[in-house]
Amino acid sequence: MTDSATLEAVLVDQDEGNFSYPEDYAHDAGYGLTEKTLDYISDIKGEAEWIRDFRKRALKVFEEKPMPTHWASADLDNIVFDQIRYYLAKGQRPTRSWDEVPDDVKETFERLGIPEKERKFLAGVEAQFDSEAAYSNVKEELTKQGVIFVNSIEGLREHPEIFRPWFGKVIPTGDNKFSALNSAVFSGGSFIYVPPGVKVKYPLQAYFRINAENFGQFERTLILVDEGAEVTYMEGCTAPKFETATLHSAVVELVAMKDAKIQYITVQNWSNNVFNLVTKRGLAHENAEIRWIDCNIGSRLTMKYPGVIMKGRRARGEVISIALANNGQHQDTGAKMIHAADETTSNIVAKSISVGTGRSTYRGLVHIPKHLKGCKNNTECDALLINAASRNDTYPAITVRGNQHATQHEASVSQVSEEQIFYMKQRGLSEGEAMSLSVNGFVNDLVREFPMEYSVELKRLIDMEMEGSVG
Amino acid sequence: MSQSLRIENLHASVDGHEILKGLTLEVPKGQVHAIMGPNGSGKSTLSKVIAGHEDYVVTEGSVFLDEINLLDLGIDERSRAGFFLAFQYPHEIPGVSNANFLRAARQARLPKGEEIDAVAFYREMYAKMDELGMDRKFTARSVNEGFSGGEKKRNEILQMMMLEPTYAILDETDSGLDIDALRIVAEGVNAMRSPERGFLIITHYQRLLDYIVPDVVHVLYDGRIIKTGDKELALELEEKGYDWVTKDLVPA
Repeated sequence: MTDSATLEAVLVDQDEGNFSYPEDYAHDAGYGLTEKTLDYISDIKGEAEWIRDFRKRALKVFEEKPMPTHWASADLDNIVFDQIRYYLAKGQRPTRSWDEVPDDVKETFERLGIPEKERKFLAGVEAQFDSEAAYSNVKEELTKQGVIFVNSIEGLREHPEIFRPWFGKVIPTGDNKFSALNSAVFSGGSFIYVPPGVKVKYPLQAYFRINAENFGQFERTLILVDEGAEVTYMEGCTAPKFETATLHSAVVELVAMKDAKIQYITVQNWSNNVFNLVTKRGLAHENAEIRWIDCNIGSRLTMKYPGVIMKGRRARGEVISIALANNGQHQDTGAKMIHAADETTSNIVAKSISVGTGRSTYRGLVHIPKHLKGCKNNTECDALLINAASRNDTYPAITVRGNQHATQHEASVSQVSEEQIFYMKQRGLSEGEAMSLSVNGFVNDLVREFPMEYSVELKRLIDMEMEGSVG
Repeated sequence: MSQSLRIENLHASVDGHEILKGLTLEVPKGQVHAIMGPNGSGKSTLSKVIAGHEDYVVTEGSVFLDEINLLDLGIDERSRAGFFLAFQYPHEIPGVSNANFLRAARQARLPKGEEIDAVAFYREMYAKMDELGMDRKFTARSVNEGFSGGEKKRNEILQMMMLEPTYAILDETDSGLDIDALRIVAEGVNAMRSPERGFLIITHYQRLLDYIVPDVVHVLYDGRIIKTGDKELALELEEKGYDWVTKDLVPA
């Protein structure tokens, strides 16, 4: 039946992303993490002293902080930090032309369809291969308008007056063990600045690709959108399937100045050996809006709770989250909404799907202090279980003090019944097609919110995942 | 081999209880057969066994769709081979629109790599919905979700019309239908009657057979066909009750 077929299923083949090229790196920091590793990275990048110091302080914080296994999955203890390489690069600066990108890297991104998407509907693309971007290009008209779209090191080196004041401010080094780790060894990622009033019509996209085994990818992203400006940023992630664990630990900071709007879209499709431990948070000033659309498919363990601090009056925060935990995977996701000004509004809609032995966890934090008035939060979390062995846990923490606020919380758990699958199969759909259609139906109302290209992408990933899950 | 839906000496059980006890029946292409029988005689079991529901175990016998041995096929393969079951209780599929569901079912019938012609598909679907008196808004609504009993049954007929099976079983399609809906559903079925298609209509009441006139009527009792006749048999049953046919049976 449905159950046993799914339970016996082999681990999902992350089809499209499951390939890698032989290693050929000019720079390799070697295994393990010490101050020497940090010096190696700083030397290669030719970094300012303050960044070197920032890294070293972060390493101490990382070493001091315990693993958060008192509340998080004990699987974290299986990360062997000494067996990870923290910096791998080809030693080339990112190019503005795909022709100049090394062949193996170029082929990688072509197989993932990135240049094609760029031609079709993107305003700018950055493609990161292991530690560094191989390609980075933004449409000329945006450059003329003053839009900056570079990697982290270039951002800090070329535009320190813009980025340094906000760097590490939304997510301090000591926020958690993994933000500290990222702060120590960060490399790559996107630094974006959009000047006042500039509304970037087409999305900017970054694509993060892990190619090497026993490697950690630690990109660092800072997006600063000035008054009245708007931008949509999208990131995609894949890695090949290796026998050993791979670590991806990013820090993403967003700053939306007065009246600004940022939409940040993630569609990750990590292979199931990846520990994906990411800290994402935005700071919304007066009447600004920050919206996270977060789709988590794949990985071994994902821990990610995008947040918005609503610092200015009438600021708005939103998290739309879709997580699919397949056999052997754990998606531990959620949202944090910190209301820090009057009349701020937040909305969380989280949908998770657990297949087979997959486990999904929702953790939410909504904080509205007593001295504020007129704040609103709406939280909805829905879980869909595909099998009896699937598991979902919900930990909503909503603290609302004072009596001048409105909050609403709804949660539901449903299951795709065998009778429903029987009905669909009787119409000629295979088990995989029936599951896939059911799952797509479950997330359908959220996916409608996505830009067209990404809703198609997500549907395709779900189809692939469900086909694989029934073997 | 003959062109028919052939059920031979079918024995099937659920949870170790034998429900079908040697059922034999043949519906040739081009004919409409009705099965009537009291509650618990095995009517719904028959439809689920033929569709391949995994709760039911076939212990003996065979089911052939023309020359295809249905019992060798999976549920979805049976469907794609040309078998359709109109459910007594159609299931809801939250979030999946009627149009997308039908499209997926049609797509599943195409060879790999071939894409459905969306424009032609919608044109055809709209025409068939008009025939069934279904509002266009049903294309965007989730499959059967929040549908009334009558709307669900009409939706079953729409699916049947779109999937064009060679043999179809209608399992108590008349239950839950008011007289107008019954007429519309029957008209849909009648429009599909053809020399290329066979129907087996399972019903508790004679009423539906006023609208879909059967060529042959069977009486199912205790897992076996105990009497076969023409459409007059249905009227007689309605008048005299099932006792009339069962009283002569030798107790097993």
